[in-house]
Amino acid sequence: MESWANVIMKKAFKHGSQNTIDQLKTIGRELSMGTQGNWLSSKEYLDLVKAIGEAKSKAEEERIVMAEIEHLKKRIMEPDVPRKKMKEYIIRLVYVEMLGHDASFGYIYAVKMTHDDNLLCKRSGYLATTLFLNEDHDLIILIVNTIQKDLKSDNYLVVCAALTAVCKLINEETIPAVLPQVVDLLGHPKEQVRKKAVMALHRFQQRSPSSMSHLLTKFRQILCDKDPSVMSAALCALFDLVSADVKGFKNLTASFVSILKQVAEHRLPKAYDYHRTPAPFIQIKLLKILALLGAGDKHASENMYSVLVDVIKKNEPGKGDPGSNITNAILYECICTITAIMANSKLLGLAAEITSRFLKSDSHNYKYMGIDALGRVIEINPDFAEEHQLSVIDCLEDQDDTLKRKTLDLLYKMTKSSNVEVIVDRMISYMRTLSDAHNKTEIATRIIELTERFAPSNQWFIQTMNQVFELAGDLVPVKVAHDLMRLLSKGAGEDDEEADSLLRSSAVESYLQLLAEPKLPSILLQVACWVLGEYGTADGTHNADDIIGKLCDVAEAHPGDNVVKGYAITAITKICSFEIGAGREVQLIPECRSFVDDLLASHSTDLQQRAYELQVFLGLGADLVRKVLPVNGSGEEIEFDRELPFLQEFVDSALANGARPYLDENERLGVDSGMSSFVSSSRSHHEPSHGLRFEAYETPTLAVSSGSAAVPSSLLPDFEESVTEPTRSVRNQTDSSQVDLLGPEVARLRLDGVQRKWGRTSGSSQPSPAPTPVSEQQRRGSGVSEGASSNNESSPAEPRHDTYSSSFEGKKVQRVIPAEKQRLAASLFGGSSVQKGSSGGVNGGVKASNAAGNVRPSEKGVPSRPVAGSGKEKNWSAAEPKQASSSLMDLVDMSGDDLLPVHDSKASYDPFKGLEGLLGVPSTAASSTPAGLGKSTMDFMSLYDSAPVVSQSASSLAGDSDVLPLGHRRSGGMDGANGVEGGLMDLNMLPSVSPLAGLGELAQSSSSSSPSTGVSDKKGPSRQHSLQKDAASRQVGVTPTGANPALFQDLFG
Amino acid sequence: MILAALIMNTQGKPRITKFYDHVSVERQQEILRVVYSVLSSRSGNLCSFVEADDIFGPDTKLVYKHFATLYFVFVIDSAESELGILDLIQVFVETLDRCFKNVCELDIVYNFGKVHTILDEIVMGGQVVETSSAEVMKAVQDIWKLERVGELNPANIRGIGHYKNSRS
Repeated sequence: MESWANVIMKKAFKHGSQNTIDQLKTIGRELSMGTQGNWLSSKEYLDLVKAIGEAKSKAEEERIVMAEIEHLKKRIMEPDVPRKKMKEYIIRLVYVEMLGHDASFGYIYAVKMTHDDNLLCKRSGYLATTLFLNEDHDLIILIVNTIQKDLKSDNYLVVCAALTAVCKLINEETIPAVLPQVVDLLGHPKEQVRKKAVMALHRFQQRSPSSMSHLLTKFRQILCDKDPSVMSAALCALFDLVSADVKGFKNLTASFVSILKQVAEHRLPKAYDYHRTPAPFIQIKLLKILALLGAGDKHASENMYSVLVDVIKKNEPGKGDPGSNITNAILYECICTITAIMANSKLLGLAAEITSRFLKSDSHNYKYMGIDALGRVIEINPDFAEEHQLSVIDCLEDQDDTLKRKTLDLLYKMTKSSNVEVIVDRMISYMRTLSDAHNKTEIATRIIELTERFAPSNQWFIQTMNQVFELAGDLVPVKVAHDLMRLLSKGAGEDDEEADSLLRSSAVESYLQLLAEPKLPSILLQVACWVLGEYGTADGTHNADDIIGKLCDVAEAHPGDNVVKGYAITAITKICSFEIGAGREVQLIPECRSFVDDLLASHSTDLQQRAYELQVFLGLGADLVRKVLPVNGSGEEIEFDRELPFLQEFVDSALANGARPYLDENERLGVDSGMSSFVSSSRSHHEPSHGLRFEAYETPTLAVSSGSAAVPSSLLPDFEESVTEPTRSVRNQTDSSQVDLLGPEVARLRLDGVQRKWGRTSGSSQPSPAPTPVSEQQRRGSGVSEGASSNNESSPAEPRHDTYSSSFEGKKVQRVIPAEKQRLAASLFGGSSVQKGSSGGVNGGVKASNAAGNVRPSEKGVPSRPVAGSGKEKNWSAAEPKQASSSLMDLVDMSGDDLLPVHDSKASYDPFKGLEGLLGVPSTAASSTPAGLGKSTMDFMSLYDSAPVVSQSASSLAGDSDVLPLGHRRSGGMDGANGVEGGLMDLNMLPSVSPLAGLGELAQSSSSSSPSTGVSDKKGPSRQHSLQKDAASRQVGVTPTGANPALFQDLFG
Repeated sequence: MILAALIMNTQGKPRITKFYDHVSVERQQEILRVVYSVLSSRSGNLCSFVEADDIFGPDTKLVYKHFATLYFVFVIDSAESELGILDLIQVFVETLDRCFKNVCELDIVYNFGKVHTILDEIVMGGQVVETSSAEVMKAVQDIWKLERVGELNPANIRGIGHYKNSRS
């Protein structure tokens, strides 16, 4: 029948139609199967296969298979299925599962079948179980017993079947159950059984080396088995063993060498020949083992020299003959061995010769092996590559992707600074052709590595990086982008300003060009925005409006990408600041205006903040802007000491005065956790160090002009004794100016973020990420000033101007402050006067802002400015530690005042200005709720992780927290994301929880000069009230009004 | 070691799949898809190796041969010799050819179990255990005799399996 079918096929071949051939083949095969007593297939099975084969679509196939599964399910569960039928069902199940459908309902039947006495069924059962189950499947336990029994069977076919199953199904736990039997089988009379037993042991060794440790000598013994095929099985295991422990097998080197010699000399029976090559697979395995044994071992290597030469000679094809595949396989293996061991020059010469032949071959397979071999040879003899340059280039240009990749691997190994440009260029053009992420990532990583290691010039580096970003886009790690930015900001490392600025200009040019292209990956846009913002206008060739226009376009083209938007708005801020700093008028172009307006109403608090920062900057004077956002200030280092040693003196003195020691936040929270204890706690007990302070801080009623800007009553709905107003407005103004100061700082910090990302990530260089108050504060600040100015046309404007000018412009901050500080110190320790207080307040404000800036002390303006905040120890210690501490004291004191619910205190209102931020905090916390506090927390966190930008807010917060409470500084000191978290938590808690309380305590205990202490006791609103208030203010916050400015207006009247 | 042996046709339908470390059914399908898409995109005279680190992890390769309507694919790690495996595929196909006389895709489909038996004789637990197609044939024929005898008279089965060792 078979021959009949063949005849039909041959006829069909003559007629030529492939289709008919296939059909006829099918018929022929079916006929032959029907008559030849096909051992597995029934009509049903054939029908199934045929139906699937003829299925026109995936769906149809699916349907057929599903029907088959249903059918099998029904049939297989019937009682008394005849063995033969059952066997067929199982095979069909295997088939179904191979097609990707779940056949698990039938596993148990396969397992059952292994118990069958009938060898045929048993074999099918084992076949199915090895395909179905993994070694940890629950059903395995049902098989172990059968396997044990079968391993002892006197029928070697049963034993072989069981051994095959053992390889797949036995896991670490069940190895001991079968190990003794398998070991016994090593002495089985049948070589087939011995061979498989060795394989099974090898498998055990892979699975669980520990359970095999006592049997390692067995493998050595097997090496001496009289049957070469068993010996060769042992080689597989020994290869693994040797690669795990070379030393332990050194003594076998001679044995391996002699075995190889005998094999190569054709001493094995002819039956082991393959295409007339003696036992090539054994030779290959032996060569692999020798490579392991000879690596780095002169003595062992020397033993191999002669046999290697022999093997090569025997397999060397005649002239013009490419040699058979298998001899070349052996030759290639020889190269691997020669290059791995400590070879002599003769062997190396031979290896080089073979490599050349491979490379010159027409076969892609040999070329591939040749490239691989070349890679090995040049590790020993780098000059060898030159001979084969052309072959290598050919391979590189080959259409075969595998070959190309292999060649690029080779080039990657060969890269030096002399050829890096060519090679990277090649890699990039290869990358252009790739579409899958995996390969792209890999090649991008390599390009980046080579570029970083060998880049001949910064210019080239930047261009290459841009290409990588462009092609690989978001597959490139963010760090690379940061490295690029750092390179630009730091320049070449030498003090060659000119070269640096050239570099930057060229970067600006290239990015301006790039931005014209559509569809750029986010990461490239980020870098581009940063560069344009930082250096876009630096060389004067581009005017600010053009750059800003470009940036707006970028942001507009990527409406969904908040990170890019953030970079863009920050870049715009920088450009505007530089313009202002240079004394030019900045008039935002309309599209930028609308972009900013969009962001002001953005749901992303981060973007919002940036937009507000920009607004703030636009309102600042040139001097100030120059200070806070100096041109090219991004390359400075930051030092940060979170221990805040300079505060020690202050803390000590506070403690000496009876202050309670700082409690860490957890402790405080622990204490605070019982809400009832608060409510019930006596009112007079007013400065509980760990108490929640819910009440709003009242303004001291000092006479400024009376009442236009009312207290934002919406913020303090329950605050009956609603405080007087002008103060408030003044305060607000101060605050806003303060914020103005802050804003820039904040913007600067953004760069810090970048920097920090780049720098060592050691704890000390990390800014203490802390809660968001500053950013919030700032936003609030600007919101407030807006609100205030719009609501009160006359009066608020004046105080604002006053404060502003007096504290910042008029007094020329840097110079005045030391003196003020002294006064402050005096005021702190001597007694308060309005004037002192006021300056102190301002100072405090400055400090607040500065503290925000502290994180990046390198800032040029900073040292001369009022140094405050805790982060600033460098300046502190350098300048006037005494003053520092005193002003700090003052600061804290003020904050104390501020915190205390004072009504009619005679204290100067100025202190409040200084610490307006504190007051602001609760409200902002509330106002930030619309976004959802939790969410914003998340935001910050993630941003902190991903973008340099964010650290700005975090660090500014850190600053803020520094200003706040001594007790609170810990949160500032926390590191990394943790810190942020902790900080944010604080922020959330601020209205209600402890940091402020801690402050209050300090203030109270330390300062006799604090005018308000006593008063507050009497007049502070009850905690219940304040609780309600807090709730109310949160409520306000929780109903988002869409645009936050409106919200601020709501809040602040 | 050999991680998997696959036979699939030029339409991407699996014919034989054998994974020497357990792989879930879903993952198997995914692997088959990826392998097929890689192979089908390669034209005839290219080299027989494809780096497969994106499918099977680092240092793995596909070694494949294309016969008529079938791809024979072995997935190997660096402990195997690429060219050697190429010859192993040759051995496998030669053996199939001996068994089925001019083997074609349909033989493999219909004799699903037989092909597995042959493969099991050549590769065991991911290691090459026999490279002589004659030896494989002998072993397989032992089993098939058993099949036939078993079908006629199951009682005779016990007699089979005590064949003399043919090679020694």
